[in-house]
Order: sequence, then structure tokens, then C-alpha cells
Amino acid sequence: MTKAGWFSLPVLLGGLVLAFGWHIAVGAKTVPLHVVLEALVAYDQSNFDHVVVTDLRLPRAFYAVLVGAALAVAGALMQGVTRNPLAEPGVLGLLTGASLVVVMAVGYFRLVDPAFIPFLAALGATVTAALVWGIAAAAPGGSTPLTLVLAGAAITGFLAAFISLAHLLDQESFDRLRVWLTGTLAGRSTDVLIWALPWLIGGLVLALLLAPQVTALAMGDETAVGLGVDVARVKLLAMLSVISLTAAAVAIAGPMAFVGLVIPHVARILVGADYRAIVPVSAVLGAVYLLVVDIAARMVLAPIEVSTGIVTALLGAPFFVWLVRARL
Amino acid sequence: MKHAKTEIESFASRTGTVSAPRLRADRLCVGYAATKIVHNVDLEANPGEVTILVGPNGCGKSTLLKAMARVLKPMSGAALLDGQSVHAMPTRDLARQLALLPQGPIAPEGLTVHELVSQGRFPHQSLTRQWSADDSRAVTDAMKAADIIEFSDRRVDSLSGGQRQRCWIAMILAQETDVILLDEPTTFLDLKVQVDVMTLLRKVARQKSRTLLVVLHELNIAAMFADRIVIMRDGRLIAQGAPERVITAENLAAGFGLQASVIKDPVTGRPVCLPAIAEPAS
Repeated sequence: MTKAGWFSLPVLLGGLVLAFGWHIAVGAKTVPLHVVLEALVAYDQSNFDHVVVTDLRLPRAFYAVLVGAALAVAGALMQGVTRNPLAEPGVLGLLTGASLVVVMAVGYFRLVDPAFIPFLAALGATVTAALVWGIAAAAPGGSTPLTLVLAGAAITGFLAAFISLAHLLDQESFDRLRVWLTGTLAGRSTDVLIWALPWLIGGLVLALLLAPQVTALAMGDETAVGLGVDVARVKLLAMLSVISLTAAAVAIAGPMAFVGLVIPHVARILVGADYRAIVPVSAVLGAVYLLVVDIAARMVLAPIEVSTGIVTALLGAPFFVWLVRARL
Repeated sequence: MKHAKTEIESFASRTGTVSAPRLRADRLCVGYAATKIVHNVDLEANPGEVTILVGPNGCGKSTLLKAMARVLKPMSGAALLDGQSVHAMPTRDLARQLALLPQGPIAPEGLTVHELVSQGRFPHQSLTRQWSADDSRAVTDAMKAADIIEFSDRRVDSLSGGQRQRCWIAMILAQETDVILLDEPTTFLDLKVQVDVMTLLRKVARQKSRTLLVVLHELNIAAMFADRIVIMRDGRLIAQGAPERVITAENLAAGFGLQASVIKDPVTGRPVCLPAIAEPAS
């Protein structure tokens, strides 16, 4: 990593702390930052502001941090391993696949126990990944960045149609999932977080362990073999990491589009091409990004709150277009 | 019995008392799916020498090299390093003994020269053994040998083709292996740069008695720099040995279907191939 790269990590962590505090202060009732701090270090349960901070806003800020980090790291791994600048869980259909399975299981089979949700999301993401890669590999010319993205778009559209269909057939039970399906950090129960956390931590640790191999893989499969990388094993483990990170993020917040696309590119601008730096920096950047986006989601149309996932899509889509023009 | 033989061979190559081949293909057959591309090849590469594989496009020379570097699995036969199958060794252990520079490696956008060369230390590192002073020394030595120390902090994608190729060579030198395989390291380079790269590779082989196996496109460059040259056609070896013996009009006709005369370079004594041109009909 360059000197500027090493310098950027403390700056980013500082930014994370600031965004975290700001995120907690903002809301239907603005809580001054010093009261936020008070609530955290000297909690007084008779103080209404303190209760708001610890019971509502603090968990939500944590969700933003965890989901942002998970999706950004998943995107970074996918981009590195596939050498595809457009790869990320959303663009390749994994978020939609995970959501569909969760929606079906919750809506039809009443599998509402939060312990099942990450499993279901992981199942959906795995099947979708297999489908998308299968279609891309069968295309003339094999799996290239373009065929992968096209297969992802086709599968996303196809699976989204099933979600709409399920919704139309059973309005009542799916209404409860409507907001979740747009990607939201509001009103999530801590039970879901507890069950998603092992998936998230497992995925992050695996990603950090794989980072040096991913840097070697980014130089081409044969170069990586020559350097002693077990290419098939690393790709499999990277996919496992991506799936468990995606499953955790979807379980907590629903499909949050484009976070995994945008953040790794920004990380690369900051710290260069070594995944030992890109992975941790993406995690912190993703957390900051989703905190800030979630602040915007609550402030822009206040008192109406926009789903966080709608804002990430609004910001991410133009970035995607720019990326296609610049890099493909 | 087999084991004992292996030990004698590796002892010999370590001490250099007998110039035993370090790298050997033993009745090697390689291919993709049902198509066999390399047929029953017996090949040897010796320490301190540059062995160069030549042949027409699609003759299977790159496929053979990939099998020797364990990128491709053989259909039958074996690729042997010191008598041991490269496909049976743990890939990271092998990477400490044998390095590969594939054709057209990718320099990720934004990677600096120093970062690229540092990748060569990958097989020497693990979770418990992170970057060490030894790694730093190896990277500096490799950059000095490839004469790219002045580019250390430049981005690889900002360099010329020749400079970039020196960076890749530095990366595999930083791997500090005694066996190095290179797939067309001079393709798309100017003649002067091709000569520079090959001069560097020959120096690399002479120092520390390394074993180099190189696939080349350019026949006269091969004849100029090879200690041992191997001609392939349709997946089979036509000839192997010293260039003076192998580069003959007969072998060029058999290997390339090329009508050519072979003369001796008055300075180096090396064979030079002069293709015959059919007179245009007047």
C-alpha cells in the first residue's frame, strides 16, 4: 500500500465515528450530539432522549455499519476474483435471489423464526449465483464481464417477477414485507441481527484471510497458479464469503442495491490495487456510506422517511452507467 | 527403488557434479477435454541453461509449458521436477521451487511496480509468516537484476511494454526459485527490447545456475540465446539439443514447413535462419 493509503485508514475510522454520531443525532426529533454522547456514557432511563438513542437509533446505526461493510466487502471480493469491475451481489442477482427465497418462506411457509432467515437468504443467493454463472458460461464466448452482467440482469428480472406475483396473490401477508423488500434499516428486530451476526463475521474474517490470494488472482489465473495459489479453492471460499455476507445483509436490511458496486471502486482510488488494503478499507467505507445514505433517507423528505435501499439505488445507478462507459 | 533414484538425481543437481536435468517431461500427453494436443513428449531442461521451445502456431508449445508448470493436468505421462511429479506436490511448495510467467499476465489498474514485484513473495508467506526483511531484500535484488529500481513507485500501467515485461520478470525473480518457466516473454516487443529481455534471462540462468524453460515465437532470437533448443510440431518433438545441431534446413522444413537456408553468425558462431523467398512470377 502507498503512504497515502496507510494514511487513509485513520481518516476513514475518524469519519466512521463522526458519521455514526451524526446518524444517531438525526431523526424525527433531533438529539444534540452531546446528549448522544451522554446517552452512551451516562445512560439515564428517565431521559426520553436517552431512551430514543439507545433503543431506536443506536441499533439502526449498527445495522447501517454492518450492512454497509458486508455488501462493500462482498462486492470487492467478487470484483477481484472475477476481474469484473461490474460484479457485486446486486448486479449479479444475488440480492434478488436471496430476497425471493426469504419472501416465499416467510409468506407461504410461515418460517418467521429469525434464525432461519440468513439460511434462507444464503440458499437463495447460492442458487442464483449458480444460475447466473451457468448462463454466462453457456453464452458464446464464455463468462465475460458482459455476459455475467447480462445474465444477472435477466435473472434479476425473472426472480423479481416471482416476488411481484407472490405479492399480488397474497396481498396481506406480503404487505409486511413490502418495506423490507425496498431495503430498509428501520424497525428491524435485534433477533434478526443476532442470527445474522455469525454469518456476517464469518464472511468478513474469510474475506480478510483471502485478500492476499485475491490480489494474486487479479493478475490472472495462471499467474496466480505460478505463485502457488490454489485457484479453485480460493474461488470457492470467496464465493462462500460473498454468499454469507449477502445473506447477512439481506436478512438484516433486505436488498440494498449498488453498495457493493460503488464502494470497492472508491476504495481502489484511495489505496490502489492490493486487496489486503481494499478489503478492510471497503468495509469501513461501506459502513460510512450507508450511515450517510441513511441520514439522507431520513432528512431529504422529512418528516416522510424514504427507504434506504431506494436512496442507494438512486445514487448507485448513475455510478453504474458511468462505470460501464469508463471501464467496459 | 524409484525413491532412491530421485535422491541421487536431486543430489547431483544440487551439487552440480553431474548436469542432471532438473525439469523433465516423461512421455507427457496433455490436452483439453477429448482433444489431445501434446503427444508423448520427452523433454529435458538443465541447470544453468536456457532451454527454448519453438514451433509453429498451435503446435502445443504453450500447452506443454502449462503442463510443466502444473496449470494443466497431464492425460498421461508426467512432468517431473527433480524426479518428482509437479502435479503431486502442494502448489505452494512447488511455487518456492518453480516460477511461471504466463503469456499476457494482467497488471491490475493502479498497482505500483514495487507492489507487483512484492507479489513474487506470496509463496514464501503465510498467516504466521508475514512480510519480513528477507522478503524486502528479495524484492530489491529482483528489481536491481531487472533494472527497474528507478520505477519502483510508478504505476505498472504507466510503463512501456518492455519496461512492463521487466517488472513481470522481476516478480518471478523475487519468487527466488531455481526453475523458471516463461511463455512468450518477448511477444509484442521491439527487436531491441526482445534482445534486452533475452540477455537478462540468459544472465538469470547463468547466475545461481537456474533452469529456464522458455516458449518463444521468434526463431532467430531463439537460436541466438538458447543453450538448448526444442522444435515442436503438431504436439510432437521434432528435435532437441544445441542450436548448432538442431537449427538445420531439414529440421526447419520438418518443423515449420519453412524453406530456409541456415548460415553461421560470423560473430557468435550461432546459426541464423534465412527464409527462402519464392521468386515472384514475372
